[in-house]
Amino acid sequence: MTAITPQIVREHGLSPEEYERIKSLLGRDPNLVELGVFSVMWSEHCSYKSTRAHLKKLPTTGPHVIQGPGENAGIIDIGDGDVCVFKMESHNHPSFIEPYQGAATGVGGIMRDVFTMGARPVAMLDSLRFGEPEHPKTRHLVSGVVSGIGGYGNCMGVPTVGGEVNFHRSYNGNILVNAMCVGLAHADKIFKSAAKGAGNLVVYVGSKTGRDGIHGATMASAEFNQDSEEKRPTVQVGDPFTEKLLLEACLELMATDAIIAIQDMGAAGLTSSSSEMADKGGAGVEIDLDKVPQRETNLTAYEMMLSESQERMLAVLKPGREAEAERIFRKWELDFSVIGITTDTHRLIVRHKGEVVADMPVGALSDAAPVYERPFVKRAPETGTPAYGAGRPVMESLLKIIGAPDMCSKRWVWEQYDYTVMADSVQRPGGDAAVVRVHGTKKGLACVTDVSPRYCRADPYEGAKQAVAEAWRNITAVGAKPLAVTDCLNFSNPEKPEAMGEIVAGIEGMGEACRFLEFPIVSGNCSLYNETQGEGILPTPCIGGVGLMQDVARMATLAFKRKGDALILIGETAGHLGQSVYIREVEGKEEGAAPRVDLALEKKNGDFVRGLIEAGRLDTVHDVSDGGLLVAVAEMAMASGIGASLDPHNAATIPFLFGEDQARYLVALPHAETEKLLSRAYTEGVTAVLLGSTGGDKIAVKGQGEIALERLAEAHEGWLPAYMKG
Amino acid sequence: MRSAVVVFPASNCDRDAAVALEQLTGKKPHLVWHADSDLPAVDLIVLPGGFAYGDYLRCGAMAGQSKVMRTVKERADKGVAVLGICNGFQVLTETRMLPGVLMRNAALKFVCRPVGLTVVETQSAFTRKYNAGQRVVFPVAHGEGNYLADEETLDRLEGDGRVAFKYAPGENPNGSMRDIAGILNEQRNVLGLMPHPERVCDPLLGGTDGRALFHSLIEALS
Repeated sequence: MTAITPQIVREHGLSPEEYERIKSLLGRDPNLVELGVFSVMWSEHCSYKSTRAHLKKLPTTGPHVIQGPGENAGIIDIGDGDVCVFKMESHNHPSFIEPYQGAATGVGGIMRDVFTMGARPVAMLDSLRFGEPEHPKTRHLVSGVVSGIGGYGNCMGVPTVGGEVNFHRSYNGNILVNAMCVGLAHADKIFKSAAKGAGNLVVYVGSKTGRDGIHGATMASAEFNQDSEEKRPTVQVGDPFTEKLLLEACLELMATDAIIAIQDMGAAGLTSSSSEMADKGGAGVEIDLDKVPQRETNLTAYEMMLSESQERMLAVLKPGREAEAERIFRKWELDFSVIGITTDTHRLIVRHKGEVVADMPVGALSDAAPVYERPFVKRAPETGTPAYGAGRPVMESLLKIIGAPDMCSKRWVWEQYDYTVMADSVQRPGGDAAVVRVHGTKKGLACVTDVSPRYCRADPYEGAKQAVAEAWRNITAVGAKPLAVTDCLNFSNPEKPEAMGEIVAGIEGMGEACRFLEFPIVSGNCSLYNETQGEGILPTPCIGGVGLMQDVARMATLAFKRKGDALILIGETAGHLGQSVYIREVEGKEEGAAPRVDLALEKKNGDFVRGLIEAGRLDTVHDVSDGGLLVAVAEMAMASGIGASLDPHNAATIPFLFGEDQARYLVALPHAETEKLLSRAYTEGVTAVLLGSTGGDKIAVKGQGEIALERLAEAHEGWLPAYMKG
Repeated sequence: MRSAVVVFPASNCDRDAAVALEQLTGKKPHLVWHADSDLPAVDLIVLPGGFAYGDYLRCGAMAGQSKVMRTVKERADKGVAVLGICNGFQVLTETRMLPGVLMRNAALKFVCRPVGLTVVETQSAFTRKYNAGQRVVFPVAHGEGNYLADEETLDRLEGDGRVAFKYAPGENPNGSMRDIAGILNEQRNVLGLMPHPERVCDPLLGGTDGRALFHSLIEALS
């Protein structure tokens, strides 16, 4: 038996205080297997020990919420007996070390979280953040991550319909790969992870266990340093073929009533799935590792308990139903093994080669995990308006912005994803929100991921609030009613008070917006320690939003539909240039106050626009966000090949054309109908301004010249393919 | 028209094909698991898109060895129509039911996009409701669709009117020789094509150009 030395404790990422706590919970010294189990269960990744106290501030309930945080994924009611199951999760650290497998297994993991609850995954979105394009690793990472996402998602036959791709130097040594999966299930066929009752069978299904991914959760809970690339063996290897079989086999078994509880083996594998299921069910569990299907010889108990081999599930079945379940898994050519039984002892007991190798109270692993009130400092938000050259030619600036790495078309990325499989993708990548039809109905789910990290850096509170508001707005812009949120809170080292301050302010900002917009958070994850050699990433609380529309035939899109339509701006424009894309791309500065979101205005304007779409009176809508008004006009024009001329009443100044004031939408509709829209807006107290008309093959602004759409499209479509060619 | 869709492990367009068939024929197709050799008596067998066996060997190679394929081949020999879409086309070349091979896309990347096609051959059960030379748009979604055969085979395919679909000029997404998107066997009862007609049978999904393929089959086989 290995003696536990302070060195071993340290290598497991546990502090001396945490080790003392383990000893007192056990009433003795842990053995190495037990220490390993505690180390993963108490890792930041699994225990949320730095954020748990603050996450409580988030609103997680609502009339349509069926399952909030705490399960494998959140669940919302979408009517007619259908439910939507969704979650977003990070796979940042593995993707930086091994981009293809890191991203692929991120996709696989989040899909399992969704189908383990009984849902068929119907949409994937990926929010990606890379280092600056000039960094020597960036191209390789973009290429590997994108093919990893495609390689896994395409084989699964789940359309990848949306997401984001951004570049910033703060991610040079620590990219972000956040994957969101949306699934559909029936309200009466939802599966959870609480293993209630004693004497039920604990069943292992899926792939065999190997040595891959040991201590992945611990790796995801530490800062990166120069040695991190040597951690490559801890990155798991994905097998989408097996996962596809696992999906079909699980759904087939779920059609019966044999399952009491089921959970995927994700981070911390067998350890977290067995102990969490027992803990949630108020039960105990005994497992025999000799019965675990093994891919390699001589696996130790330590390795088996900590392996993060992919494509595995742990299920608790009613006694006597194992033959029926086994037949289904054998048909799908998957491993199936009864490895244990539930008990009423509240203990996790692990046997290997006839000996008890671990015996721990399950509550000690989860509820008794340390919770830290980490000290934090909220730094003052940046203020002021950056200086800019008022005389710069507007059309040249537009061209520059539209072809910038963050703003250019991401077609090179999404064409590597199958976004049409399942034949329900009614709004594809490139729009404000992706829309997938609820199979066999007229209803649609609108899905987005959003965050503007540059705002969050300048003002963590307002920035996080803005991320929620933008997700809400994008869902609204296609005509859907925003229902609920999943989040992926990517921050740096919580042990540094200033970084912890960003986390706290971010959570509070999100909370305010979610509460006001009645847009509760039903699932999510935290990814901390996103820092390399002391330098943290921009705070990046990524918001995944889901909304519902009753009739996809009424969905709005951003492309102009007709020449000669009136172009109307909904919302108020003060010309906010602080932290804008314009100031960054044209003036070369990241300065000023982040735009403030007036949530009441956001709601009023959004409800107005959605009402018109639902009534069938608007089919062309685009939210105004990154880059401001003129960029939004250009995006609508490029998507359709129809130009636009603007003749606003106000002077078309740089702040007016490029400011990033919030709560705004651009809409286009036949001129004959503008009067009705403007008077309805007036009645409802919504600001609506006639800006100009669609038509021609240029973007023209009175007093500011014009530019051919062809030139814009060339810059917009050109940057990413040219960059990737190298 | 009675139809069946074969399901291999990790087929993933089986449902899409089944939905299109049911909508257009009014009859639910049989979904047949690959390990079952007893294929019901049908007029059309569809080998759907997907990643049968993960495509870990060559695409379609493992599925080509599957039990059900022996039956599919026997039925095809007896004149039953067989439609292989995407991965299904790869299975058909692996079993030699169609000539040539489908290699990795020339750009070495998976590609998903709507692609313009020219209907080259209308003298078949699959294409009779199209007009010769008609331009249609179907989506492609594949990593290995780059059709290759020797010159003699290509000449024979073209000479015998067995090239059913070509990518429209300038739209070849994968480097296929002679822009070939879909071909017929000698008996003209087997069609393999990389683009997905079953994904364009609904105006909400970006078009209805795929319907005529299924309408052709209904007219020819009912």
